[in-house]
Amino acid sequence: MSNPLAAVGRIFLSFLATVGRLSMFTGRSLSAVVTPPFYWRLCLQQMMTIGYYSLPVVGMTALFTGAVLALQIYLGSARFGAESAVPNIVVVGLTRELGPVLAGLMLGGRVGAAIAAELGTMKVTEQLDALITLQTNPFRYLVVPRLVAATITTPILVLIADIIGVMGGYLVGIHRLDFNSAVYLKNTFDFLEAMDVTSGLVKAAVFGFLIALMGCYHGFNSKGGAQGVGKATTDAVVSSLILILISNYFVTEAFFSQ
Amino acid sequence: MMTDTPRLELIDVHKSFGPKVVLNGLNLALSQGESVVVIGGSGTGKSVMLKCILGLLHPDQGRIRIDGEDTVDLRGTERERILTKFGMLFQSAALFDSLTVWENVAFGLIEGAGMEREAARIIAIDKLAKVGMGEDMAEADPAGLSGGMRKRVGLARAIATEPDIIFFDEPTTGLDPIMGDIINNLITECVQDLGATTLTISHDMSSARTIADRVAMLYGGKIIWAGGVDEIDNCGNDFVDQFIHGREDGPFALEVT
Ligand SMILES: Nc1ncnc2c1ncn2[C@@H]1O[C@H](COP(=O)(O)OP(=O)(O)OP(=O)(O)O)[C@@H](O)[C@H]1O
Ligand SMILES: [Mg+2]
Repeated sequence: MSNPLAAVGRIFLSFLATVGRLSMFTGRSLSAVVTPPFYWRLCLQQMMTIGYYSLPVVGMTALFTGAVLALQIYLGSARFGAESAVPNIVVVGLTRELGPVLAGLMLGGRVGAAIAAELGTMKVTEQLDALITLQTNPFRYLVVPRLVAATITTPILVLIADIIGVMGGYLVGIHRLDFNSAVYLKNTFDFLEAMDVTSGLVKAAVFGFLIALMGCYHGFNSKGGAQGVGKATTDAVVSSLILILISNYFVTEAFFSQ
Repeated sequence: MMTDTPRLELIDVHKSFGPKVVLNGLNLALSQGESVVVIGGSGTGKSVMLKCILGLLHPDQGRIRIDGEDTVDLRGTERERILTKFGMLFQSAALFDSLTVWENVAFGLIEGAGMEREAARIIAIDKLAKVGMGEDMAEADPAGLSGGMRKRVGLARAIATEPDIIFFDEPTTGLDPIMGDIINNLITECVQDLGATTLTISHDMSSARTIADRVAMLYGGKIIWAGGVDEIDNCGNDFVDQFIHGREDGPFALEVT
């Protein structure tokens, strides 16, 4: 109704406000990580919920992705007689890119939503207030265990996903594409560089951190009742998926120029 | 004189949410060992008042003194030090549903005071017995409890660390009359045996008469009347009169917001 420029300005200002709030939240979380007390028991508990219980989802994703990669790359490389490159391209594609990104996206849906819903419910039912009155810092008690657990377990999950993914490619390679088993494995590992795996694991740690951060941030800031928690959950998932894709580019770029 | 310093003092406290003014110059003081009951209509800001004192909400204006110390701007470990003096029963009970009943009650002992789990469990069971809950409930999951039972667990949690100042936000709402009476006695006991200072919010006039030394009425963001529990029937304040008799006609306009 009024000046369209004013509307743009308002959106921009509210964007800046969100960035500010998120930075403050991140700062408080990080300072809580490095100052005692650290709740070991809660952190281990979170590693179980985030890591162990995500294994089936991440494993399935990796297995079928590896299998599909082998088929598609075979089709492409056969056009110029480079079929022998299939194992190597599969393993590089998985470790550098598809392992961490697909695992990150699956975890963003599974873990990010669960964290936001749990903390959001605690917020709207005054459990966060109750924690504070019982002299317990909600950042140390709730945010830190989730952040630390997600940052540590996501790379472990991705490493397992890499292995399962290569296995998926291998199975398709020898059963469907008539590769010799020994040759497939040799071609997989001979050209694999440590940096392929490492860069993927660094990505995984970044993604795990972002997923837990978004879950906690939106959970802590949820308002109202069940509807507010629902919105917080959606926001947590959407924002963590977008941040994963954006940060993926920048981490890739950082490793690319080395 | 030191003994004249109120345990808790609210001076000209203001709090608004956006355009909605909730507290508008509230003054209230509690002396050591006193039991004050605050009454007032639904949505007048009674729970907001408690949250301002605890630092869960930041008042827009005004002072809150605890044992003479100004606390409005305290944060971090300073705030935690102040909070060790307090116990709080939330209106919604606010039990941690990731923990069992006894772990909820023992939370302040274990996390706040650093007590061993075994020792804390014994105290928790004892406090649960005080609110009429047997040892068999100790391992239960709070999500499976009835509203009244949740309230009683919340009550046990509020008194577990034997704090100096205890807030009860509607302790008897949702309880049957007999259990309500047990809770009233428990609150009186806290004051008499532990020497605690208590601030209770209640809609239940018979409960207020049992536990209160003084009653204060919150209306329009201010305490409009405060006095001894024996004065309440002849206070000469039309608002209080209407409220304690629960009449429809009176100075309270039916405000549609
Ligand atoms: N965090 C908040 N954000 C916005 N408004 C709030 C918030 N907390 C309370 N309010 C508003 O402040 C007013 C007072 O709320 P409060 O919970 O203190 O009422 P109350 O006196 O405890 O009522 P009841 O007896 O029903 O519990 C209400 O209108 C409520 O909507
Ligand atoms: Mg209330």
